[in-house]
Amino acid sequence: MPYDLAVRLRSAVALAGRYPLLAGADLDVRAGEILALKGANGAGKTSLLRAIAGLLPLSGGEANVLGLDPTSDARALRRKVGLLGHRNGLYEDLSAEENVRFAARAARPAKGAAREALERLGIRDRLAELPTGKLSAGQRRRVALAALLARRPLLWLLDEPHACLDTEHRELLDGLLKEVAALGATVVLASHEILTREFLADRVATVSGGMVLDGLVVDSPVDDSRVVDSPPAGNIAPTDLEQPSVA
Amino acid sequence: MWRDALVVAGKDLRVESRSKVALNQVVPYSLVVLLLFGFAFDQDQPLLVQAAPGLFWLAVLFSGLLAVQRTFSIESADGAADSLRMSGLEPAGIFVGKVVAVAVQLLLLEVFLAVGIVVLFHSKLEGAGLLAASAVLSTIGVAAAGVAYGALSMGTRVRETLLPLLLAPVLAPVVLAATEAWRAALGFSSGGGWRWLGLLAGFTAIYLAGGVLSFGALMEET
Amino acid sequence: MRYPQASGSSRLTRVLGWSALAALALNTWWGLWLSPPDVVQGQFVRMLYIHPAVATMCYAGFGACALGSIAWLWPRLRSPRWDRLAVAGAEVGAVFCFATLVTGSIWGRASWGVWWTWDARLTLTAILFALSLGYLALRRSIDNPHSRALASSMVAVLMALTVVVDHYATVWFVTLHQNETLFQPDPTVHGWQLATMLVSFLAFGLVFAWMMVHRYRLEVLEERFEREGFSSALEARRSEAVAERRVEVPAR
Repeated sequence: MPYDLAVRLRSAVALAGRYPLLAGADLDVRAGEILALKGANGAGKTSLLRAIAGLLPLSGGEANVLGLDPTSDARALRRKVGLLGHRNGLYEDLSAEENVRFAARAARPAKGAAREALERLGIRDRLAELPTGKLSAGQRRRVALAALLARRPLLWLLDEPHACLDTEHRELLDGLLKEVAALGATVVLASHEILTREFLADRVATVSGGMVLDGLVVDSPVDDSRVVDSPPAGNIAPTDLEQPSVA
Repeated sequence: MWRDALVVAGKDLRVESRSKVALNQVVPYSLVVLLLFGFAFDQDQPLLVQAAPGLFWLAVLFSGLLAVQRTFSIESADGAADSLRMSGLEPAGIFVGKVVAVAVQLLLLEVFLAVGIVVLFHSKLEGAGLLAASAVLSTIGVAAAGVAYGALSMGTRVRETLLPLLLAPVLAPVVLAATEAWRAALGFSSGGGWRWLGLLAGFTAIYLAGGVLSFGALMEET
Repeated sequence: MRYPQASGSSRLTRVLGWSALAALALNTWWGLWLSPPDVVQGQFVRMLYIHPAVATMCYAGFGACALGSIAWLWPRLRSPRWDRLAVAGAEVGAVFCFATLVTGSIWGRASWGVWWTWDARLTLTAILFALSLGYLALRRSIDNPHSRALASSMVAVLMALTVVVDHYATVWFVTLHQNETLFQPDPTVHGWQLATMLVSFLAFGLVFAWMMVHRYRLEVLEERFEREGFSSALEARRSEAVAERRVEVPAR
């Protein structure tokens, strides 16, 4: 029996005006795995992530993410998906905590979830209360990651998440992603860095010319793959993910 | 939807209270506009008193354009627009929240401008009920049309110039109706000020309804 | 890449075009020579054979735009045809709107002595022109055909509603102020004048139809151009892909 898939794309085409960002992408992502995307600049990694998130409507092909169609069920899908793009999406006049609380608002997190998420990413006390405009690039990246964490998504889509992070915090992030995946979430990240891909990822796919060269799971027949729309193992729902104690 | 609207309005107003852009830039701008009107009319006192309602609403229109631009520039600053879409907040709620935030800022500005026309143009403010009611309605109408068109032009490369072009003719009836209502309230015209209120209500209702219905689609297209 | 001969003309447009020219010629002849000058307005009454027809075609154009936009927004009716109708209507309408303002202004200068007056209709037409410029500017700034159709049809609907509101506003404005006299067509138009006026409607109506058909077809041609351009762009994009395909499956 083939694997349970969190993401399934077949011949996905997406346009920006007349330019094809995705020119027929095929991709499978198993639930609970960490998939790394590599490829040159302009190959379509960002577009692929955005298409999976439902931000980039597809004009051809089919897509199934967590059991939903990202083009027509975008809103329902977004509650289960977290996307971190090139930019952080923060309001520079608000503090880290206010930003995280706002971003997680619709997900109705528990009280104090924002603080916990920030602490897990190493932003605590005074740092959490400064306007994010005053933080360094690396700190802002971590705030954006905390916003994602506070929402407890089933699917994490990360575009160069390690950019601007120093060694200590890269390791912190890697540890976090491994935990999150172990607890049932799926992670897809685009990264230029070879070491990240080797150490962190379960699988690597290459994006080139708007297509994914080795995106299909090797021995899964194209037609029979089943897409999962709920967490794979028993009763672990994303909102039940325990916050581990700080290492 | 209302909960989401409150969240968004709260966020926008909090950003404004920290950055104080409206306070430090838009308010002085509106003051300068009033001064320029005074010079343009060659400080002709009786004429200024007569023209004050119209000039007041023109000043509100110009400042309103800035306020709407600002509410969208905070979203595009750090790619916050994407995270707003991903946040799962209801688009209708985001629309209403932004309208509320812009309307609140504009109303405060109008209080300041009203003081301005009393001082600079020697207006005497009477008929407070009509003044206030028409001000509230037209402000909400301006905010609703502004946020709707702002979202529309956010996806284009030329937002800063396109938005005024789209918005100004659309707001013409609001300026007209609000001016007439104020002129009636101040006793410059023969009455029927409440009729203008009806027009304002109609316009505001159209743009609020239109925005609520279409904001979801408008948000995605950028 | 060879492009097959592309043109918007056809039997229909040739018929329309020639009849429009003929009707315009007739209009000019009757208007300038055959019909008599007016008792009150003298020679300037001849504007009667241009201005009302042009103004009506302006409304027809924007009406087509509104119709196309509403139809496009309607889920079951949605089709690119409606969007093409909308843009054709808006552009042709804008041209006729400008002509209306100019001819109206000339006539006003001739018969009232002023280039402009805050008459309800004039104000409304000027606002309409400004709105149409905004609509066209919006269309130019969005590349994606679907988003463009969506945004512009929503704006068109809002514009149509605004025009209605504007109409009431300016009518109230005028009546409350007892302002200048509204333009009213000469109630004693009859005989040659009436006949010539009807000819002018026919003539400008044909011109309008001719322009609409051509503009619509232009849109079709542009879409074809984009489609063909798209498939070559798709090819080029795919060729960026690396030739060899390697599969990396590190052990989990």
